[in-house]
Amino acid sequence: MGCGVSKSNQFHKQDTKAIKAAVLIQHWYRQYVARMEMKRRYTWNIFQSLEYSGEQAQIKLYNFLGYLMDNFTPSSNERNLISHFFRENEVCRDSEWERFFCYKNIEVPEIYSGPHLTFPLTVEQVTGLVDALRNKRQLHSRYVLQLLLETWKMLRMLPNISRISTCQSKEITVCGDLHGQLEDLLLIFYKNGMPSLERPYVFNGDFVDRGRDSIEILLILFSFLLLYPNDVHLNRGNHEDHIVNLRYGFTKEVLTKYKMHGKRILKLLQKLFSWLPLATVIDQKVLVLHGGISDTTDLCVLARVDRHKYVSALRPPKKRHPSATSLSLDSEDDGWTSSRRRASVTSHRPLTRGTFQNLSLQDFSDRVKLPADEQAEARRRLLSSACGQSQKELGGVAGPAAGAPQDSAEDSDSAEAEWKQILDLLWSDPMTQDGCVPNEVRGGGCYWGPDVTEDFLSRHHLLLIIRSHECKQEGYEFCHNRKVLTLFSASNYYDVGSNRGAYVKLGPDLVPYLIQYQASSMTRQLTVRQSVGRTEHSALRVLRKQLFSHKSDLTCAFQELDKENTGLLSLNDWATAVESVMHLGLPWRTLRHQLATKDCDGKVNYLHWFTELAIKEPNMDHIEQGLLETLYRHRSTLETIFRIVDTDNSGLITMEDFRQTWKLLSVYLKMEFTEEAISDLAVAIDSNRDGSIDIHEFMEAFRLTDKQSRLECGRSMFMGTATDLTRLETEDPDV
Amino acid sequence: MRSADHRRINDAFQVFDHDLNNTVDVREMGAIVRSLGCFPTEAELLDIIDEVEEPTGFICFERFLPTMSKILMEHKFSPIPEDMLLMAFEVLDQQKKGYLESDELTNYMRHGDEPFSQQEIEEMMSSAVGPDSNAVHYKDFVNKMVLDGQT
Repeated sequence: MGCGVSKSNQFHKQDTKAIKAAVLIQHWYRQYVARMEMKRRYTWNIFQSLEYSGEQAQIKLYNFLGYLMDNFTPSSNERNLISHFFRENEVCRDSEWERFFCYKNIEVPEIYSGPHLTFPLTVEQVTGLVDALRNKRQLHSRYVLQLLLETWKMLRMLPNISRISTCQSKEITVCGDLHGQLEDLLLIFYKNGMPSLERPYVFNGDFVDRGRDSIEILLILFSFLLLYPNDVHLNRGNHEDHIVNLRYGFTKEVLTKYKMHGKRILKLLQKLFSWLPLATVIDQKVLVLHGGISDTTDLCVLARVDRHKYVSALRPPKKRHPSATSLSLDSEDDGWTSSRRRASVTSHRPLTRGTFQNLSLQDFSDRVKLPADEQAEARRRLLSSACGQSQKELGGVAGPAAGAPQDSAEDSDSAEAEWKQILDLLWSDPMTQDGCVPNEVRGGGCYWGPDVTEDFLSRHHLLLIIRSHECKQEGYEFCHNRKVLTLFSASNYYDVGSNRGAYVKLGPDLVPYLIQYQASSMTRQLTVRQSVGRTEHSALRVLRKQLFSHKSDLTCAFQELDKENTGLLSLNDWATAVESVMHLGLPWRTLRHQLATKDCDGKVNYLHWFTELAIKEPNMDHIEQGLLETLYRHRSTLETIFRIVDTDNSGLITMEDFRQTWKLLSVYLKMEFTEEAISDLAVAIDSNRDGSIDIHEFMEAFRLTDKQSRLECGRSMFMGTATDLTRLETEDPDV
Repeated sequence: MRSADHRRINDAFQVFDHDLNNTVDVREMGAIVRSLGCFPTEAELLDIIDEVEEPTGFICFERFLPTMSKILMEHKFSPIPEDMLLMAFEVLDQQKKGYLESDELTNYMRHGDEPFSQQEIEEMMSSAVGPDSNAVHYKDFVNKMVLDGQT
């Protein structure tokens, strides 16, 4: 367009003018894009800070309960309550264990139209299963149990670290977090092909939680593992942990989909998860693991640990009785009950792989009293701790400390070190600075720097670490001088349009070839502009609710700064106060315009601001404000405790348990709730006065009315996925 | 006034300071500067970056602050008002149809000292072109975009 030689003067003038106009439009458009990018970033920040603060709360609660468990005497009521939390132990203690694997007496009714499985599985059966699950069919619980049993047998034969190799015709595909998003897994299969002898896969953990199809993902992955044990590799993620599942939805999903046998399925999975391999090494050069490393990570140590001891990686296994360590009867406990079980089994054969079925499960099941030495141990800890238990209660513990073993400090140190290896592997994130610091944002694992990566890789003669664990907008991200690749395969994780998913292919040259995708059909119709707007909107909605549920604390913080009691605060003071209460590390000043619109001379009218947050509270006038706020703010924690208390998974808890739960919560939060206030709360919801409380109804009644967000308590689950099958199942005879 | 600027700069910077160590990646510069209401061209942006970049590819807040304060004080790279923008579209719409063919607009965007990349063109067209036509009704388009930018 710049050539005007043959054109008339007038035309040339027109031309220059047009170019000027075009340049102006270009400028304007670029400034617009920059502004959108800015929005996208802070939206991302909001989602991520809220997600991590949830994880932190979970770990804190767990540590708190663990502390109570360790420090309360066995006779106290609370211990009884809390011990539900660690009910994994029951699996090994009593004869239930045998029942859990028994699927034979579960009849499959003739009207069942879902897939049928026979073992060993065939390719046709597995593809049939994938098709059925794609079409929202449910696999019958009999087959689920059978599949889990077979998988368990398989997993037990696998080493902690799988070592695999590429070759010309066999590129290896690695997938990151799937988080129950079946649509993403199916899209990967569609684009890349299903696993087969020619198409090996590594799935890098976090198969479950958050999404609505976690169990379906597990069934598919396990089936392919059984079909191609040498070509399908599953690494454990931090969400393959039943404690984490309590909060993030997987427990709820299984119980909803399998009303009759859900509890058994969960117990088996608890066990299965602990047998998942920890890492995969490709061609001795590329390490694939879920979270990452720390400055102490040592693959030689990891190769040797008894990984199944860590039923939940959040808690170190209890110290073993020194004399018991020689007994290798360690197939199904987490160490928590090991000493007590060992005391009960007088003779046994060492368990070798494959002989398990021959072993009578009854051998494991004798229930014995707490051995004296464990009691003494508990007592010693009690004495040295500042728990505040009275001596009287102590008197209730029988037996002198005579039999207490002399655990060497060395022993406990190495147990602690071993646990840390696993925790770091599952929970860590990379950072840009050098060094290695505890991951306080998530509450578990650590942050490691480029120097740690460098040192680790050279020590192990490796080239690259592929890890997952963090959602990335593009589905992947390189860091540490391209020596660390983060891979995340759940697209639209925070909301439709929030992020893409990715997987990577590795051939013999080990150069990562990345493929990105976005699963939702909706995103295809949205322009960048629309999807940024949408995501932003939902992030702000979640954030507004968070702010609202901290109303009292915020008001206090505001009033403290508003010395003259004008009701107005400068923007700066407002932002300082908000951060001092929320601790989310967000750029509040920038966000202010998104969170409230009213402005008087650049000042914030903070009293008015709460009404602007525009959140409708449930109409609960007679209930104490403080209690309500606690409820809103800690609803995930509260729901987690409810689920713990609800030992029979009925969804109902008694009034007494309800009170206990609040008592526990009040100790945990160091807050006081009056008996009356709690009673009011209970009465408000127990409308038929039958003395029991429906957990789900309770949580629903106290939801801040704004659309449900997945960050708060998982997505609205199972809509339309629990088919008629669940109804069929209830007619099944229970075992 | 000055300290208000300081805070604004700090806020914009913080959004991209992922590790909370007062540094940002050099690639974030454009977004930061623009979020402060300054709209330099790519070339001008590179000049700013040259002035503040560390050899490591990062930008430290300490070096960024004085440069950016100066830009704000001098009201450099100020934003384009809506009416001017509409006038620009009208200039391109020589027949005064009230819209531009998407090819027409695309063609214009490929010109100038900093022509649009293919990606920029595609992105712009995806939000500018109506679903059923091949035309850019620029008045609607501008309104829509201005609205987005505000919230």
